[in-house]
Amino acid sequence: MPTLSLNQVTIRYDGEPRPAIGSTSLTLDTGDFVVLTGRSGCGKTSLLNVAAGFITPSSGTAGIDGRSITTPGADRAVVFQNDALFPWLSARDNVSFALRMRGVPKAERDRRADELLERVRLPKAGGKAVWELSGGMRQRVGLARALAADPDFLLMDEPLGALDALTRERMQTLLLDIWAGANVGVLMVTHGIEEALLLGTRVAVMAPDPGRIVRVIETGFGRRYVAGEPVRSIKADKDFIAGRAELADAIFDGEPA
Amino acid sequence: MSALFRPMARPDLERLAPFDTELSDHDRPDALSVPWSRPAPEPTRSKRWSARWISVATIIVVLAAWALTAALGIVSPVFLPSPAAVAAKFVSVATEGFVDSTLLEHLGVSLARVFAALIASLIVGVPVGIAIGMSTVGRGIFDPLLEFLRPIPPLAYLPLIIIWFGIGEPSKVLVIAIAMLAPIALSTAAGVKGVNRERINAARSLGATRRQVLAHVVLPSALPSILTGLRIALGAGWTTLVAAELIAATQGLGFMIQSAAQFLVTDVVIMGIFVIAGVAFLLEFVIRRIEAVLVPWAGRD
Ligand SMILES: Nc1ncnc2c1ncn2[C@@H]1O[C@H](COP(=O)(O)OP(=O)(O)OP(=O)(O)O)[C@@H](O)[C@H]1O
Ligand SMILES: [Mg+2]
Repeated sequence: MPTLSLNQVTIRYDGEPRPAIGSTSLTLDTGDFVVLTGRSGCGKTSLLNVAAGFITPSSGTAGIDGRSITTPGADRAVVFQNDALFPWLSARDNVSFALRMRGVPKAERDRRADELLERVRLPKAGGKAVWELSGGMRQRVGLARALAADPDFLLMDEPLGALDALTRERMQTLLLDIWAGANVGVLMVTHGIEEALLLGTRVAVMAPDPGRIVRVIETGFGRRYVAGEPVRSIKADKDFIAGRAELADAIFDGEPA
Repeated sequence: MSALFRPMARPDLERLAPFDTELSDHDRPDALSVPWSRPAPEPTRSKRWSARWISVATIIVVLAAWALTAALGIVSPVFLPSPAAVAAKFVSVATEGFVDSTLLEHLGVSLARVFAALIASLIVGVPVGIAIGMSTVGRGIFDPLLEFLRPIPPLAYLPLIIIWFGIGEPSKVLVIAIAMLAPIALSTAAGVKGVNRERINAARSLGATRRQVLAHVVLPSALPSILTGLRIALGAGWTTLVAAELIAATQGLGFMIQSAAQFLVTDVVIMGIFVIAGVAFLLEFVIRRIEAVLVPWAGRD
């Protein structure tokens, strides 16, 4: 059970006078669902990119069980806000991309891809071209593509940000189902307060100047959904409503109303 | 006072509406600078047809003026043979030939030269373009060379090529290939530079090595742009054909035109010009078909 940890990470971008991230730590275990939230520009994407290996921190360390993260790798699959699918490949070939990179034979790849497409509730989309899919379908293909790598960690940067409200709600429960069924640690960035509360086992609230985690809220609503409680009843719970207010306060703390 | 209450929105609406419908082929973004460019949204039918009819009418008027000039004997047939004479020549050269080869043989030889040059310039140009697009060193080395080569007209470097490589077939292919190199390399570079950063990151986080990223992400991403370059290169190569066939050729459309000119066989010259234009048109059409089949995603994401 690997653990991903960011230790006192700071990030300075070239030409920026102030660091984008100032000495921030975060750990992510298998089975965790950590949600990063906070106002726009507070450094959520930057932090996730460090975990993904897309950028190296200016100081501090990022590592998995003591091995430092220097490059992207299939142990940390990423889901992007605007899907970043490969339009020259069919949905099925997008999903099986990671397997192809490992030299898995085509028949086996296809079988696995179709399995995963079924898991994200797209059983018939395999042969479709990317541009024939709706935004929600594309995001699910992106999710299946990440799962195909059989990662230890799933890093998602506003995966539902571009979707309409209805699709978004259905995708939230899908994410919980996937998380419950796979042995992964999830790190997800979102702007949605309800979404953060519903999905996360831990919600980390970030604030800008410099970007840092100012508040961590432990929640158990996602586990209640996985245990069988309907979302509607979870959201009507007074704990959920109180949590929503608390989270909103934490996010907008210090911000003039 | 009343001016304040005049509605403001209308003039804007009126200006926008016709603009939207007037997109014609000429309004397509420059294919080189916008590698993902695709035909603009289909213009409305009526506008499209009126432009097409004007084109047809223009061609008819030019042909009629030509026929009339020839028929009235205003210009001697040595200088301007009638359209009918040119058409007859087309048939006779197609069946009996001119300077020892039929039209099809001339055409075949010319096409073979242009395609040999195309393959050569793809083999050189695509890697050069990738080097320019992916590395500062590559850009530093190749950019000035291409910028130097690009504006030189083929007739200017033709003598040097003859001095260096003689008058054989390789020299002819080389002249054409040089003309094709810059468009292919530069559009490949544009395509490579335009690769979506997130797609590269996605591939890397799915376990792709650098080499795999190049093969599975960068090249497919650049393919629409490379095909655009190929189309432009074919045009440039075809344009260079006549120059290339100045070099001691015994067959080819350019050679056919030049020998006809030496004997003042003007109808063959004009017929040859039409054949060259027609083939260029066909090539363009074929490449566009290939683009539609090979890169159906271009412009859709
Ligand atoms: N490549 C970059 N170069 C320079 N500055 C950057 C770069 N990327 C991000 N920044 C800066 O770092 C800060 C944090 O950016 P980041 O994208 O991580 O924020 P975010 O929380 O993800 O924002 P959003 O919610 O809008 O996506 C911002 O001030 C941003 O301007
Ligand atoms: Mg962001």
